[in-house]
Amino acid sequence: MKIGRRSFLSFIIGGAAGTALSPLAWKSMDDSSIWSQNWPWTPVPADGEVSHVNSVCTLCPGGCGITVRKVDDRAVKIEGMKGHPVNDGGVCILGLSALQLLYGPTRVKAPLKRVGERGEEKWQEISWSEAVAEVAAKLGDLRSKGKSHTVCSILDSDKGTVPYLFGRLLTVYGSPNFIRTPSIQDSYELAINLMHGVQASAGFDVEHADFVLSFGSGLIDGWGSPVRMFKANSNWKDSGSKVVQIEPRLSNTAAKSDKWIPINPGTEVALAMGLAHVIIKESLYDSDFVNNYSSGFDKFKQLVLDKYNPDNVAQITGVDSSALVSLARNFAHASKPLAVCGRGQGKTQGSLDEFIAVHALNALVGNINSEGGVWAVPDPDYIKWPEVEMDSVAAVGMQKERIDGAGSETYPYARYLLNRFSGVVNSEEESPVNALFVAGANPLYTISDSKAVKEAFSKIPFVVSFSSYMDETAKNADLILPNHVFLERYEDVPMPVGLQKHVIGLSRPVVKPQFNTKHVGDVIILIAKALGGRIADAFPWDNYEACLEETLGDKWESIVENGFWSDPDFKVPASEEAFNTPSGKFEFIPANLKSPLDFSPVTIEGSDISYPLILVPYDSMRLANGFIGNPPFITKTVEDTVLKGKDVFVEINPKTAEEIGLIEGRYVDIRTPRGKAKVRVHLFDGIMPGIVALPRGLGHTAYDKYIAGKGINFNELIGPVEDPVSGFDAAWGIRARLTKV
Amino acid sequence: MSRLIEEKGKESESGGFIILFFILGLAASLVLGWGVFPKLLYSQKKQPIDFNHVLHVEAVEEGCESCHFFREDGSFSGLPKLAQCVDCHEEIQGEDPNEVKFVEEFVANEREVPWLVYAEQPDCVFFSHAAHVKMGKMECVLCHGHIGESSHSRVYEENRVTGYSRDIWGKNISGLKKNTWDRMKMDDCAECHAKNKIGYDKTSMETLPWPLNWALLPYEKQIGPKARVQAKKDACFVCHK
Ligand code: SF4
Repeated sequence: MKIGRRSFLSFIIGGAAGTALSPLAWKSMDDSSIWSQNWPWTPVPADGEVSHVNSVCTLCPGGCGITVRKVDDRAVKIEGMKGHPVNDGGVCILGLSALQLLYGPTRVKAPLKRVGERGEEKWQEISWSEAVAEVAAKLGDLRSKGKSHTVCSILDSDKGTVPYLFGRLLTVYGSPNFIRTPSIQDSYELAINLMHGVQASAGFDVEHADFVLSFGSGLIDGWGSPVRMFKANSNWKDSGSKVVQIEPRLSNTAAKSDKWIPINPGTEVALAMGLAHVIIKESLYDSDFVNNYSSGFDKFKQLVLDKYNPDNVAQITGVDSSALVSLARNFAHASKPLAVCGRGQGKTQGSLDEFIAVHALNALVGNINSEGGVWAVPDPDYIKWPEVEMDSVAAVGMQKERIDGAGSETYPYARYLLNRFSGVVNSEEESPVNALFVAGANPLYTISDSKAVKEAFSKIPFVVSFSSYMDETAKNADLILPNHVFLERYEDVPMPVGLQKHVIGLSRPVVKPQFNTKHVGDVIILIAKALGGRIADAFPWDNYEACLEETLGDKWESIVENGFWSDPDFKVPASEEAFNTPSGKFEFIPANLKSPLDFSPVTIEGSDISYPLILVPYDSMRLANGFIGNPPFITKTVEDTVLKGKDVFVEINPKTAEEIGLIEGRYVDIRTPRGKAKVRVHLFDGIMPGIVALPRGLGHTAYDKYIAGKGINFNELIGPVEDPVSGFDAAWGIRARLTKV
Repeated sequence: MSRLIEEKGKESESGGFIILFFILGLAASLVLGWGVFPKLLYSQKKQPIDFNHVLHVEAVEEGCESCHFFREDGSFSGLPKLAQCVDCHEEIQGEDPNEVKFVEEFVANEREVPWLVYAEQPDCVFFSHAAHVKMGKMECVLCHGHIGESSHSRVYEENRVTGYSRDIWGKNISGLKKNTWDRMKMDDCAECHAKNKIGYDKTSMETLPWPLNWALLPYEKQIGPKARVQAKKDACFVCHK
């Protein structure tokens, strides 16, 4: 028998019919669809017991309370803590993504010692005892050579037990070089110091203000404590409070404000003085406060009446004089007006004149230390450690001038000047810094003129990073002593930025340390103990947790239970007692200032001939631009007109674009006196002609492949411009040029 | 001549042969689809410990809930953790080799037993035991069958393609079922939910976690007696998270 073609076909047809009548086809289809929904790389959290831990987020200075949902030993979701005095249940997109920073690949998993060249990323894992011994040996060596003052620490904060431990170690070791990373806190503290005569942070009673005048502050773009500001903003909408936003670019804040006033960039100080002019001229100021509790008003009055009439100001700022007059009247007539400044998220210090001018506006309307106004909030004084006893080496070291020049004759007012750091190091043949410790900060990324900062770092013989992540600074360090991330450690988080209350939050271990990391507080104590003598004596605690518990004393139990402690009795003194200036009053023109302020706009770097455009940065909640790299979850939310693939877009007004012949999406080279980069063009009506803008928070070169290599770091294009009085970085932009590529 | 014979042969093929081969093909594929395929599709696995439900139900006081209970936050602890077993099984009780193995391998090493879960659903399926058992007052048996009456652990048949238990599709490869607990696919959920809305009144709706929108809306179309398209926004996300 021979099987022919027809029989064969018939067999196939029979087979097909049989298959259709069997479950094979539809069952396979069902199974393959389930299979395709369960790829092995799709993460599926294991089932288990659910629990919640209250803690505090430390990813920005906002100090939000968080509640972390756990399944067994794994943290699975971060939410805002209900009832927390800062954020009451809210959380920002960065806080939400923090689990990626806990479990993601960017962590440093053990103490690492550099074996290749700096930045080459050749590391050798070492033990903690080796790491501590190495640091102690280095410090001991420098000290024995009388070079203790060449040791320097850079931290993101000077409040709380961890910065205090660093400060204490430096003091008893013999170095005055504790440096805090720059922000508008510096300028606000200084303005308050000069005008109130007290050392305090600025607190803003935003919840009660009914007219908010913002000089470029990104109220809902991450200024102050971000989640608190979102909440305040929705309250303003509900209660009909007004928000006026003054800035050259239509930011989110400007778009959501009641009135957006575009202004020539950098001229905000003149506008503030112009508003003061109208308020004084029309006698709209709070005469009770001005007559009874202020001094220098006449001089101030003379200055604004002479130099800042609305027409002059209109010319400088580009803001129509009639708009200025009506803005001044509305502001002064509001029952609780509040003026704030510090551009964007307030990551650069800004010019002192501007802060003094804006603070003077607040004083004119009498809202200093009052409901809905600006408060001078002293640090809570819960850290009461015994004075350190210095030996002779330490005493000599502490007498030396600071490396950044803060507190010197040239810069008598500033406390920290990290912006001057690289200039100082680079100007000398041999680095004046012999050892540098960096904790909770990433200066190689966040400080402007990255190239110069990198050069300075490369000259410093010994750099130690305490970063939990392989950030730019860690990558270029000699030793990395990784700290636990905030979800794995105890730490007090005092003074959420901009809050007019005393609140201390407690970060606490939500999960066990995932890797061989160590609390930075413990490491400092171990280093001190290894150094011995008076240094060891200054650190009587067995470990950091014991130190923290002892420091918080009777607050410990309630802070552990609630996740935070807030002082119910906190008040600022009444105006009779609030000021500690030479006059005992609020000083419009600070008597303590040796050189007079001229209240003129800051000139930025670059000539307008070779660089016809002005480049300004902008901040967004979707791009973390501090020492934390933007986790991939958030990067996903960045619009295609900001970042597409690896390309960042420069915003430009369509008119300006037309003049130089650019169209949407076009690749261009952007050049500034400090650097150049290849970017793409985005036409945006919301930016003033002649100005271009780039976002901050992109262009990482470290961390991991998910964070690095996206866009460019704004700090590579801009350098510091020194404020003549304070020494702060007053740069608000830089001149730039676009060329087609 | 020889060509002629050949052609003749072919002609005869076209008659009975063709039908024969059709039947052969049909039969082969039916055997394959109904018989061989299910055998190939599922692998047979044994539970790490042969568990005797009968024995345990007799020994405990609160029935199923003694081991399969609700946690304080309302979530359901489906499989007991070792910690619960240890309460009674710190030491070996009796001589059953399974008991010995359990205590020696797991209790002594503080290792969780890697039970194979017959009712395991994909992660995207949101199912609340509290809603069904506490609010809906449903019996365990309704979905899980008489597992509490078994004295040995059944063989766990794992679908080689999906990795899930055969219990989900159901023992019957055709997908037909006799009892409510024979299958655990979405249609089975839908069937019960659809049934319960028939003649619903306020009280029965309240005991059902299913949102009120389960009642047919004017723009929805009935696509069959049981299943139907749920057109209301977000409806899918009640179960598919
Ligand atoms: S605002 Fe800051 S502190 Fe609050 S959740 Fe976001 S990153 Fe954390």
